[in-house]
Amino acid sequence: MALRIRCVVAPSRFNEFTLMKPAAVNPTFDVEEIRAQFPILKELVHGKPLVYFDNAATSQKPRRVIKAESAYYATINANVHRGVHTLSTKATEAQEAARETIRKHINARHAHEVIFTSGTTASLNLAAFSLGQLLLNKGDEVLISGMEHHANIVPWQLACERHGAVLKVIPVTDAGELEPQRRNDATGSATDLFTERTKVLAVSHVSNTLGTINPVKKLIAEARKRGIITVVDGAQAIPHLDVDVQDLGCDLYAFSGHKAYGPTGTGVLYGREDLLERMPPWQGGGEMIDTVTLEKSTWAKLPFKFEAGTPHIAGIIGLGEAIRWMEDYDKAAMAAHEHMLLEHATKELLAMDGLRIIGTAKEKVGVISFVIDGVHHYDLGTLLDQQGIAVRTGHHCTQPLMERFGVSGTTRASFACFNTVDEVDLMVTATRKAVKMLR
Amino acid sequence: MVSNPLTQTQQEIVDEFALFSDWQDKYEHLIELGKDLPLIAAEHKTEANIVRGCQARVWLNAELKNDLVHFTADSDAMITKGIVALLVRVFNDRTPQEILGASTEFVDTIGLRAHLSPNRANGLSAMVDQMKRYALAYSAKS
Repeated sequence: MALRIRCVVAPSRFNEFTLMKPAAVNPTFDVEEIRAQFPILKELVHGKPLVYFDNAATSQKPRRVIKAESAYYATINANVHRGVHTLSTKATEAQEAARETIRKHINARHAHEVIFTSGTTASLNLAAFSLGQLLLNKGDEVLISGMEHHANIVPWQLACERHGAVLKVIPVTDAGELEPQRRNDATGSATDLFTERTKVLAVSHVSNTLGTINPVKKLIAEARKRGIITVVDGAQAIPHLDVDVQDLGCDLYAFSGHKAYGPTGTGVLYGREDLLERMPPWQGGGEMIDTVTLEKSTWAKLPFKFEAGTPHIAGIIGLGEAIRWMEDYDKAAMAAHEHMLLEHATKELLAMDGLRIIGTAKEKVGVISFVIDGVHHYDLGTLLDQQGIAVRTGHHCTQPLMERFGVSGTTRASFACFNTVDEVDLMVTATRKAVKMLR
Repeated sequence: MVSNPLTQTQQEIVDEFALFSDWQDKYEHLIELGKDLPLIAAEHKTEANIVRGCQARVWLNAELKNDLVHFTADSDAMITKGIVALLVRVFNDRTPQEILGASTEFVDTIGLRAHLSPNRANGLSAMVDQMKRYALAYSAKS
């Protein structure tokens, strides 16, 4: 299995049936050494030390990333790919070095297969708009899943509307896993969700709400057999898993920088060269053209065809640094640490009366969504904040998924490598205190 | 019954909350206040009466009785319900003009600033806006 999933650690009650081999937590992993690199962790919230468990929304940034971004502004700020002057050359080199770092990190064949965007949302909008133009005709189908973030639903709805195509949805099981084979109630036979009209499969690698790691490699293989173009929303995977786009076999892979210790406003759309060559541009403007006359323009070569306007140069440089920072650590140890936090939190939270975890897939990253009988997530989030603990509450931009589980929202704790067992214990104690106040 | 001026009710609330130094007592008091909220009648608990902009669901209804605006409300979250109860306590049975002229600084003073911030998750300003819209509608009528 070349998709190297980092979460290979002691089996939990949820993964006892999987083939994941137990591995000892790397003794060299020093969470305190990591914490010392995150200036924000010294902040107080309501007079209490910050416990930051909202990493699935955005992770905190290590000092190296903050420095790289500000060093660009302080020493080489200039527009890229335009000037002949020294600063422009240096800025261009720094940006392109980040592109190469990312290429290597996701194992793309070419650096020009890495397109910079403002985030996963922009990447997926680009994908949906451009693939819609290229592929979708009346009656064609786009297949997504029932656990997608709104960013991987709405752009496809818009594309389907524009081209008269139909959006189909892979159902989600009670455990929060994809159910690609739907049982036909009448005949009892399995219905394949892929049809001869399916043109695009767009699924998340990891669910932002449930933490589920989806079997995207298998789905992609199934889709490719049928000539279906595959798009993966990797926003939640990049900070936790080793992503190898060639091994996955996907056509497009979207992710954000800011959930992977990088700056906000940065993102990537990886695309297979031959597909990107065929895809029409999404946004027009400077940088993305070859020649412009008032009648007709021709497009620049990859990746610039898809990078209209001045990019977020400082952010891209910061993102490159974030990836290099992650690569400086033993990834397996980092993942094992996060998984240990997940298991500990799962065990401690489940000991609470009336608490239910939404998302009990066998393979999960460090995301734990829960509801408590008689307690509104907004109240709980507010009372946790008063105790210095940052969690996300609400629908997490996955309203169809909330409906699937029959809840109006959840409280979600999402872990990063800098979180600790003590912090999990603080959250559990704070939750107990809040529940006592609310019942 | 002749009610206190609106500003006096606000001052009462500020004084009440000044008794609590600790966040827990403050929020426990807020939760208690929510229990005294004049509840919206079931038939008014409609989609149209939901205040947009709150993370928890808030229903708000207003009727004009003897030239005074009478509010009833409910929420599925207890802290939100407490905040609605505070607002209703200040604005209830006032003339539309009094409501339109009122400030809501007291919410800041009592240390609930987080609920005032103008983002999607915090609907306090949405509730105040909705109450003022009712007042505006009734001031046009009366």
